[in-house]
Amino acid sequence: MSGARTIAEEVRSGARSARDVLEEHLDQISRREPQVHAFNVVLAEEARAAADAVDAAVAAGDDPGPLAGVPLALKDNMCTRGIPTTCSSRILEGWRPPYDATVVERVRAAGAVVIGKTNLDEFAMGSSTENSAFGPTRNPHDLTRVPGGSSGGSAAAVAAGFASMALGSDTGGSIRQPAALCGVVGVKPTYGVVSRYGLIAFASSLDQIGPITATVEDAALLLEVIAGHDPCDSTSIARPAPALVAGLDESVSGLRVGVVDEMTEIAGIEPGVRDAVRQAAADLEAAGAKVDTVSVSSATYGISAYYLIAPAEASSNLARYDGVRYGLRVDAADVAHMNAATREAGFGREVKRRIMLGTYALSAGYYDAYYGQAQRVRTLILRDFERVYERFDVLLAATSPTVAFELGAKIADPLAMYLCDVCTVPVNLTGHAAMSVPFGTGDAGLPVGVQVLAPALGEPTMFRVARAIEQAAGSGATFRSLQP
Amino acid sequence: MTQTATGYETVIGLEVHCELATASKMFCGCPNEFGDEPNTNVCPVCLGLPGSLPVLNANAVEYALRVAEALHLRVPERSVFARKNYFYPDMPKNYQTSQYDEPITVDGWLDVDGVRIGITRAHLEEDTGKSQHVGVGGRIHDAEFSLVDYNRAGVPLLEIVSEPDIRSADQAKRYVEELRATLLAVGVSDVKMEEGSLRIDANVSVRSLGSSAFGTRAEIKNLNSLRSLLRAIEYEADRQWTLTQAGDRVVQETRHWDEESGGRTISGRSKEEAHDYRYFPEPDLVPVEPTQEMRDRVRASMPELPAARRARYVVQWGIPEEDARILVDVPGLADYAERAVAAVSGDGGGSAKDVVNWVRQEVLAYVNETGLSPAVLAPEMLAELVGLVATGAISRLQAKDVLAESLREEKWPRTIVEARGIAQVSDEGAIADVIDRMLAANAGVADEYRAGEEAAKKKKWGFLMGQVMRELKGQGNAQVINRILEQRLTGD
Amino acid sequence: MADRITRADVEHVAQLARLALSEQEIVALSDELGAILDYAAQVSALDTHDVPPTAHPLPLVNVFRPDEARPCLPRAEVLAAAPAVQDDRFRVPRILGEEP
Repeated sequence: MSGARTIAEEVRSGARSARDVLEEHLDQISRREPQVHAFNVVLAEEARAAADAVDAAVAAGDDPGPLAGVPLALKDNMCTRGIPTTCSSRILEGWRPPYDATVVERVRAAGAVVIGKTNLDEFAMGSSTENSAFGPTRNPHDLTRVPGGSSGGSAAAVAAGFASMALGSDTGGSIRQPAALCGVVGVKPTYGVVSRYGLIAFASSLDQIGPITATVEDAALLLEVIAGHDPCDSTSIARPAPALVAGLDESVSGLRVGVVDEMTEIAGIEPGVRDAVRQAAADLEAAGAKVDTVSVSSATYGISAYYLIAPAEASSNLARYDGVRYGLRVDAADVAHMNAATREAGFGREVKRRIMLGTYALSAGYYDAYYGQAQRVRTLILRDFERVYERFDVLLAATSPTVAFELGAKIADPLAMYLCDVCTVPVNLTGHAAMSVPFGTGDAGLPVGVQVLAPALGEPTMFRVARAIEQAAGSGATFRSLQP
Repeated sequence: MTQTATGYETVIGLEVHCELATASKMFCGCPNEFGDEPNTNVCPVCLGLPGSLPVLNANAVEYALRVAEALHLRVPERSVFARKNYFYPDMPKNYQTSQYDEPITVDGWLDVDGVRIGITRAHLEEDTGKSQHVGVGGRIHDAEFSLVDYNRAGVPLLEIVSEPDIRSADQAKRYVEELRATLLAVGVSDVKMEEGSLRIDANVSVRSLGSSAFGTRAEIKNLNSLRSLLRAIEYEADRQWTLTQAGDRVVQETRHWDEESGGRTISGRSKEEAHDYRYFPEPDLVPVEPTQEMRDRVRASMPELPAARRARYVVQWGIPEEDARILVDVPGLADYAERAVAAVSGDGGGSAKDVVNWVRQEVLAYVNETGLSPAVLAPEMLAELVGLVATGAISRLQAKDVLAESLREEKWPRTIVEARGIAQVSDEGAIADVIDRMLAANAGVADEYRAGEEAAKKKKWGFLMGQVMRELKGQGNAQVINRILEQRLTGD
Repeated sequence: MADRITRADVEHVAQLARLALSEQEIVALSDELGAILDYAAQVSALDTHDVPPTAHPLPLVNVFRPDEARPCLPRAEVLAAAPAVQDDRFRVPRILGEEP
């Protein structure tokens, strides 16, 4: 198999048909999907029709676009018109949205072939994809282990070669952490760069859609397609998509790189992960970057603030699932009991836990101490990072403190699961950009990701550094070794 | 006032929810229309479908700024939307996007009959859908089930909250009337209470006369007409005072005005069920910071406000304040009158006062009867009619008939007069002839008139007038007849 | 600190959140929420005197759409998603609580 950029080039030039590319991926799905369970639904027929349309366009002399014929998987929390969109929740089972998310319109307009909708932790709440109403996804590198989460299905689909590209959503690390655990690239763009219209909300001020791909170049290509202003999202930045692919190979020489102490040298981090970050820093230095360590002390409060803010917003965002207009209903004698019975039956354990947590954090008498204080701490974290970015162009950190863990290892201990996000949540709180790049292997020979962080709209530089790290690691090899 | 007699004073603050007459809803492009087929004006945003996001209607903000100018409200540098969280099937997201601690406008006032009523704030929020309760009696608690229509969900509302400065039910009514006229004048709402464009909650408490402390208040919901507002406040104040006098305590609660059961307020939710709305800043919207340019544009387009307009009419046109109020309070009527006045002036045919008399009687009656807006009527037709009367071409009585036909058939009064051959007889010689003949035939009555008391005189005069008018087929000029008849009877 | 969340708290919050929790969930959540909130309470260790809250990572303001009516969804499609429909409206069991 080849990267998405190569596929698109070959399909556009007529060297390969989109249909052939698709069938190769569908074959791979039929071989390994029963073990991996990356998808909630594989859209084979719709994908064939889309691939044929791309081929017809090429035959007619039209350009289907920069993602021509590229099989792409969508996390099942992005709305697709007429196609079930579940968030891996019973409460939305059977619901078919009457509209497409903006990102779905954009990838289709660019010629991508939507191949299926991927599994996730219910409503994107989790770090292992075990909190799915439809069963867990497994890590293609080791089927006894989790792929990370919540975009575990998307990361696994790319790692297993089911799709050439995927879209995930990242609220506290949900793109970057599974990308790291599955040995692929995952990007959380600057908040507001990619439209959230049609992304089923978890925590609105933190959610952002981003690419999950095999290579940094493919991630750049996909982000160029999905980024850019959308009038349907008030929080969308009014600028065109940044040019990313063109500058990828520019030198990192002279760039100032800071290794964040609080997101690397932390208790509980696996030595393999820590060593990977140190090695990546050394490699960048060898390539001419100026590397130093840096402290962002407030970042240690990221998890605390995050686990107040995200559940608070979620408790409100998820109030609409009440059995009245769509989705599940469990009947009862009056409307309040119907609401409560429906929500009790339709939501899983973790979702209920977070709704409860968020409702509590916002409730009378507790707002100031919990939600209000968390928002003020968010200000401190933002200020700290802005100060640090006066001295550094990009920052380096671990993505996940550990490699992929065994299924069931943390499911009984919510707090232990939450701590998976310790290195990723600060960036969601600040709204800045970050991405995870595969960098060799750690414990048990499993993939490790290194995180590159950049200030708001710092994607061009971030991608250059990520590309340099990728080249230093030769990480493409990890990905390709998985292919049969 | 009865309150003075009974030794207490009512303290009232009003929350007026005004639906803004924008073309589209607050956060989506669905039409803002009343009365359409259920669930036809809905989209992913106003239905709260998963993944949908709100984008603020620019006109909703502009309308709020217009109201700010009219009600002397301050516009803070920044305002934010907040989510008010509670479950109710009318509300598609189970939170209402509203404003909480940073509203778009604060601290204003409205003068009502010379009394200044403070306005705490006016903030933007979205309306809810509508439930129809099906079952015995159609009332909420008796219903077996409810049916929900989301056409109204997401319609922009401005909630205007007054200070507790109102002291009687009557003053509350006057405040709403004045507010309504103001909202209408600045063009932000059709203010139709019968269609729910204006809905009122009243906070009511009572206290002994002379006391400056506030009593415990009840919030009365569901006041959808001025009549309900009046009756509910009077009922509630009386209920509270009776309780207080009996040594009982007034409970702070929500009460509902129940028109059907003979007009009383009934207790809503109890204290235990008190809501915890968990307000927090709406993360899907960004703050509003009205710019100087936005403010200037609104200021430049502000129309004349009702109070100023009434004052101008009283001075310019020499009409009573009460007539001016009628013109200003009825949508479109003052504009119509102004155009009619402009059309009469110059032709020497009638005064502004004449025009207003016709407008506030015949034209208003026609508007009320047909439900038409005065805006669709041609003021030039009224002007022509007033001219015909002023020049004596037709009598007032004839003019009434002609105007009715003119409005109904959209015909020019002069055309009607000519077609029907209506003309007023003003020729003094001809009228004198008729009078002389009539007096000769009724010499007895004329004598009785001359000898009679005031009351008898009036009666005889009326009889003689009637005889002359009959002879002239109702087309005699009443003024001329009066003058000549008087000459003959008093012998001057 | 671990027992900061009582059973009554859990029941009250569940009512606000419209969740008909099972007995076992009520018991488990009392412990879990207590533990998570203990951890989250670390935020109170920071001095935030005079620090404004950040509700939003972006400094965007004044994002408006023009006041133009646009086509709506077809009613049949809207109602097809509903669990219960009658007379072109969404049907729900009787409403006992007052409208706020």
